[in-house]
Amino acid sequence: MGKYYQEEIETASREEILKIQNEKIVKQVKHVYENVPYYRNLMDEKGVKPEDIKSVDDIKKLPFLSKADLRDAYPYGLLGTDLKNCVRIHSTSGTTGRRVVAFYTQHDVDLWEECCARAIVAAGGTKDDVIQVAYGYGLFTGGFGVHGGSQKVGCLTLPMSSGNTERQIQFMMDLGSTILCCTPSYAAFIGESLAEKGYKPTDNKLKAGIFGAEPWTEEMRREIEKSLGIKAYDIYGLTESSGPGVAYECEEQKGMHINEDHFYAEIIDPDTGETLPEGSKGELVFTSLDKEAFPLLRYRTKDICVLTREKCACGRTHIKMCKPMGRSDDMMIIRGVNVFPSQIETVLIKEGYTPNYLIEVDRVKNTDTLDISVELQPGQFSDKVSDIQAKEKALEGAMRTMLGIGPKIHLVPPKSIARSEGKAVRVIDKRKLHD
Amino acid sequence: MAIRQLSVFIENKKGKLSDAVKTISEAGINMRAMSIGDSDDFGILRLIVSDTAKAYSLLSEDMIVKVTDVIAVKMSDKEGALYTVLRVLEKADINVEYTYAFTARELGAYVVFRVNDVEAAEKALSDKGIVLMTEDEIRSI
Repeated sequence: MGKYYQEEIETASREEILKIQNEKIVKQVKHVYENVPYYRNLMDEKGVKPEDIKSVDDIKKLPFLSKADLRDAYPYGLLGTDLKNCVRIHSTSGTTGRRVVAFYTQHDVDLWEECCARAIVAAGGTKDDVIQVAYGYGLFTGGFGVHGGSQKVGCLTLPMSSGNTERQIQFMMDLGSTILCCTPSYAAFIGESLAEKGYKPTDNKLKAGIFGAEPWTEEMRREIEKSLGIKAYDIYGLTESSGPGVAYECEEQKGMHINEDHFYAEIIDPDTGETLPEGSKGELVFTSLDKEAFPLLRYRTKDICVLTREKCACGRTHIKMCKPMGRSDDMMIIRGVNVFPSQIETVLIKEGYTPNYLIEVDRVKNTDTLDISVELQPGQFSDKVSDIQAKEKALEGAMRTMLGIGPKIHLVPPKSIARSEGKAVRVIDKRKLHD
Repeated sequence: MAIRQLSVFIENKKGKLSDAVKTISEAGINMRAMSIGDSDDFGILRLIVSDTAKAYSLLSEDMIVKVTDVIAVKMSDKEGALYTVLRVLEKADINVEYTYAFTARELGAYVVFRVNDVEAAEKALSDKGIVLMTEDEIRSI
């Protein structure tokens, strides 16, 4: 199979990709207009008919879909086919409000697994590999998506699901897992646990990891690569668009190739909704090109990022997206300043701390407060109170430089901040309780 | 002559100190001396115990623990005894990081010093005839 899972499409010329996209978008829009009354109403309100969409250039005429639409339409409002044609559902965690349920026909599942298979091969996967899937299995898309992709590639697939770290390590060692798939925070945790058990990064057979489903930084990538002795690849996706595999990294580790034959990506100005030219920073918007059960046109992801068509040394021609720079959901406005957890993580790793932290935002006497608990590592411990207070002060200074506002740092013992086996809960905003 | 002291990093939260103390007491280890340095967020529990190695291995299972060398000086029952010791250290240009006192039933009062240079402190004090407590002595209290 070599370097690509589907070489012909992955390395197709710009013209070939456009041709495929143009053919597919016409059909997809017609399919949605005929089968999804919710979106048909949005199109009618905007005065757009399916005939107006002749190529991907016309996508900008279509109305947007937002997460709020998905919640309004819950559960069946955006269903694009008869339920009897569907074979599965997945669902978001519902942490930011009402759950979103996505439906899949067998065609949709195949398409999704194909995307995941491309990601696995891009990370060096072949049928000789043993893939440990430590993403959660269930309503969460992570486990099943990568699992299906792994089987398509022909890898021996370990359906571990998340959690039970003892067992993860036992299987990893006994069965010689070569590729680990999970959230980056869980990968970091497995790395820590291995070190605690006295394993060196060279003691495992892992060569690569495919990590996604939550934001992570370049610094965190290097930490994980070091602790597990692997090359760590990013993968992107969202339940609304099927799951992980919408975009994935190749060996260049410089941005993620979007599976353009299945998803059309745009960057828009989040305030005006205007489509921005390539290279601009803005909100990522996806249009599915050939989905049956849950086709979404112009879905606003809330992820802030940049797209580039710069030639990639890996030979793949599909457009690349950068690692999302933040989510409008994650963004906190503290004393009028925009703060992203990813900035805090970057400072922690730079200053020699682990990226396990808890942010607490509160409002005391009409002023926002920002408290960050950070775990002290055994090597950093001094038995003088003033030394530890000096460390807190130094970290507060580094944070102030990065964030523009000064937090209060609390150094706490290792492992006193709860680890997550799925998506990490890192922010507690108590202001919402007072409002 | 240095005595090994255990320093334990403890979150300044209800129940955290007793967790550490429980670990030691359940293992049948005796505390000879104890002090706590604290801030709003955390405390540093400093202990001299009957079995340092065992206490270290038990505590370090789930806490940050460090072994620190300190010196313990017997205080004569005279006015100015502590002052005499401090003057000696000061003249020898030795910094005292922190200090705490404890008493042992028959042996009288002792003061523990954490200094920046244990060897120099030991030498300066014994040159002046000031007796330092040994680990064996502290164990046999």
